[in-house]
Amino acid sequence: MQLAVELEKVSFAYPGGPEVLGRVDLNIHAGEFVTIAGPNGGGKTTLLRVALGLEEPVSGTARLFGEPADRVRDRYRIGYLAQRTRLGIDAPASVGEVVTSGRVARRGLLKPFGRADRDAIAEAIARVGLEDQASTPIQRLSGGQQQRAFIAKALAGEPELLVLDEPTAGVDVDAQEAFGAFLGELHQALGVTILYVSHEFGAVERFVERVVLVRGGIVFDGPPAELPAHWHDPSHVHP
Amino acid sequence: MFILDADFMQIAFATGAVVGVLAPAVGFFLVQRQMSLIGDGIGHAAFAGVAAGYLLDVSPVGAALVAATLAAVGVEWLRSRHRAAGDQALALVFYTGIAAGVVLVSAAGALNANLFSFLFGSILTVTWSDFTLVAILGAVGLGIIALLYRGLVAVALDEEGARVSGLPIGLLNVVLAALAGITIAVSMRIVGILLIAALMVLPVIAAGRVGTSIRSTILLSMGIGLLSVTAGLTISYYGNLAPGGAIVLLAAGFAVAAVAGAPFLNRTR
Repeated sequence: MQLAVELEKVSFAYPGGPEVLGRVDLNIHAGEFVTIAGPNGGGKTTLLRVALGLEEPVSGTARLFGEPADRVRDRYRIGYLAQRTRLGIDAPASVGEVVTSGRVARRGLLKPFGRADRDAIAEAIARVGLEDQASTPIQRLSGGQQQRAFIAKALAGEPELLVLDEPTAGVDVDAQEAFGAFLGELHQALGVTILYVSHEFGAVERFVERVVLVRGGIVFDGPPAELPAHWHDPSHVHP
Repeated sequence: MFILDADFMQIAFATGAVVGVLAPAVGFFLVQRQMSLIGDGIGHAAFAGVAAGYLLDVSPVGAALVAATLAAVGVEWLRSRHRAAGDQALALVFYTGIAAGVVLVSAAGALNANLFSFLFGSILTVTWSDFTLVAILGAVGLGIIALLYRGLVAVALDEEGARVSGLPIGLLNVVLAALAGITIAVSMRIVGILLIAALMVLPVIAAGRVGTSIRSTILLSMGIGLLSVTAGLTISYYGNLAPGGAIVLLAAGFAVAAVAGAPFLNRTR
């Protein structure tokens, strides 16, 4: 199966700082739903940034879709949901405008939108169940709906890899559960590769195929059922 | 005498109309990216440009255009390369600009009324050739915004996401910074260097409380900017007041009214 993300003996340290990641090996296959978890400061966000080509490793190689991660040509193949605090949820934007902004990279900066673009945007909005709120200002939506609007933005580019960075930070447990179930359905329906990065992974534990725990390096990589009991997310208890 | 009978008022209204729509259009993207104060920093660099223009005996507006654009791109470079935090980069340009301006003004012996017209705006000193330059630069600025609109919106809403998906963030940020520099330079004759940043921010604050989309907010902010400039010029003409102050006080009034009235408006929607 084709590899979406490939890290080989990757080490990373910020200039003048201690090593954050040491000789990390990680392969994520196309179509997998994987959570990258670990304590704050454990290096999971750094691992994500290296995997996406936003940071250059000190040693080792990072590849995306088989190409060097920092030189991937068609980056629109990546759909990205940033941490809530970094999103423009206070902007006076409508849901439609937010989702449309996720299509720009695939279409190209200067090319006008065509029918295929408009269809993809409408489909992304419908996929998250916000078709009746396409004209609604994003500020007037609930936190969960805002999150769905930005998921639709990531989907509008028809990505092959969907990356979510701490998507449930600051969201209550019930909303996290609903979001986890939604991602499970999305993965089933689209077959897209999902990389879910969070220190709170309990909401998606039932849906992911692999849990990767990062603490300076990878300390666990396997199916959730094999995760040692003391590493489970205590904020979510599933029967 | 009717206000438009005076040739200088025709020039002031024509120039002011360009400034009134351009400044909020550029300002919208600065406000969304929490860079509202960049206009102040660039304005001080423009002051150094005006002073350099006097010293070198070249067009003060042209020299200010170069200084403001270089300063804006410099702030963006410092910020994006993490050489300095955003507010530190701004402080560096802010203080360097005002200090260089003071030194150059004293060297040129130009501490006179004409210099004050750049600082506080003047409707008497604007010429048709100034208007031609303002109109050309204004059209270029609005044209660039229209051309890059979707990309600028994508960065305003989610810079990290736009970067990951491959949009040329560096280019878009430099273009936005350069647009801010151009706006400052073309606006200073009417509004004044010390107050132009307000016209980039206050109409956007007002429109942001009322608008229901980015498009409607930008158009509304341009309308508020235009109204503030034309009404401010009229008041300054009949009241013999500095136009920059009158324009900005009106824009501030719109912003205060929108902030105060927004909760009532939202309740009725």
